[in-house]
Amino acid sequence: MQPIVEVQKVAKVYGAPGAGFEALRAIDLDVRPQEFLSIVGPSGCGKSTLLKCIAGLEAVTGGAIKVRGEQVVGPPSAMGIVFQRDLLLDWRTVLENVLIISEFRGTRVAELEKKAAELLVRFGLGDFQNRFPWELSGGMRQRAAICRAILDNPELLLMDEPFGALDAMTRDDLNLELARLWQETRKTVVFITHGIQEAVFLSDRVAMMARNPGRIVDVFDIDLPRPRTLEMRDSPEFAAIVHRIRDRFADIGAIRKE
Amino acid sequence: MSKLLSSGVVQGAGFLVGCVVFWEVVVRVLGVREFLFPAPTTVIAEIASYPKFFLTNALYTLMVTALGFAIALSLGVLLAIGIVYSRFLENTLYSLLVALNSIPKVALAPLFVIWLGTEIAPKIAVAVTIAIFAIVVDTVLGLRSVDPETLNMARAARANEWQILRKIRFPSALPSLFAGMKVAISFALVGALVGEFVAGNKGLGHAILLAQGQFDTPRVFAAILILGVMGTALFYLVDVIERYVLPWHVSHRGTRKAM
Repeated sequence: MQPIVEVQKVAKVYGAPGAGFEALRAIDLDVRPQEFLSIVGPSGCGKSTLLKCIAGLEAVTGGAIKVRGEQVVGPPSAMGIVFQRDLLLDWRTVLENVLIISEFRGTRVAELEKKAAELLVRFGLGDFQNRFPWELSGGMRQRAAICRAILDNPELLLMDEPFGALDAMTRDDLNLELARLWQETRKTVVFITHGIQEAVFLSDRVAMMARNPGRIVDVFDIDLPRPRTLEMRDSPEFAAIVHRIRDRFADIGAIRKE
Repeated sequence: MSKLLSSGVVQGAGFLVGCVVFWEVVVRVLGVREFLFPAPTTVIAEIASYPKFFLTNALYTLMVTALGFAIALSLGVLLAIGIVYSRFLENTLYSLLVALNSIPKVALAPLFVIWLGTEIAPKIAVAVTIAIFAIVVDTVLGLRSVDPETLNMARAARANEWQILRKIRFPSALPSLFAGMKVAISFALVGALVGEFVAGNKGLGHAILLAQGQFDTPRVFAAILILGVMGTALFYLVDVIERYVLPWHVSHRGTRKAM
């Protein structure tokens, strides 16, 4: 099966070649269709930069990225993206915020309006669609941002530490919802996080990155059964995988060994 | 909230009334001569005696101000968009504008009379010249201050520049634009007045000049009073429009929720 995203020997250097800051070096990574892939690493390892390169928002300085076999030169079609901040527009209601993507695409808003409303209900925002973003909690806002990203049913969903700014309880909640969403729609997801637990819980595979320069150190297969539940996080299997990844981070000196 | 607001209004109005009463008393007690410093009652009597004279002149000044402001607003926003999108315009036009702004624009008024005559055109020109700078500077600032991640969000959704301008840049520049408009509306009034000082035979500026020549101080004061009321009203008009257009802005959220 052809990978939906192919990252081939990608390098990203900021500033002058040779003298600049090397954010990414020799990244090789394939994302298979319908897989949930997390990229986990310490801050400053270039994981968000890698995601921006895949999204076509930043240019690579070496190697190539292909989405569906086509070289990325700008944002590819049928791609949704969720950022660390929700980036909802203050002057639009929640529903209008979700619909902005369809306005950009030029597709008929009227057709998608029903779908947006359905999505909001599904994400527990049914009563809030005519509220303004600043009347919502952080978790609700990020839910709305997810609705916006998946409104026109993109095949590929990129998520850049989407729950990084949320409290632990809200984060658990959204992890479950995301797992459920993936289970139902089987979108290809590339998920950036610095939480090993979160990555293991959600993913089919976890790619691990290190910094200076940003590189992929290892890729782990997560063979936990699906659908996943929060209780699963207390299982020995789950703990074993988390432990393995944490050990690997300790090996490379990204975290301290106990 | 409304209680607080009304008490604020009461305080403000009370203070103003107090000042006027003090002024009246001081003038009467010390017997200040009318052509030096007329009492408030004299000023009000002056307006009441010639309502039509003051009304026509005030309306004329108001019209010059409104036209000057409208032109400054539309031209200023267009220039700002051009400056934000074109490095060339930024290097040329923006620098020119900054250089021109350091000239006291009042000094240009006689030139406009030479170029445009003594009717309404040179007065509007002065108003535009004085008012436009605030609009351009604040709109440029607003259009530029968009969160780069928000732009990324739009670009990732393959939005074109026109859509980004219309749906993201312009709305997020509105609070800044309104800040510029509040400055510009007062400047437009100043410009209109300066224009009327320099040439023509209409408007409150002309009325002041004429009355001064005749040592008709109550009439000068009356015109100034009307100008003050006009300036305040225009400022609050922009403020009210802002509240209506930007109910989402941080500074108005409290009032919206109270409704």
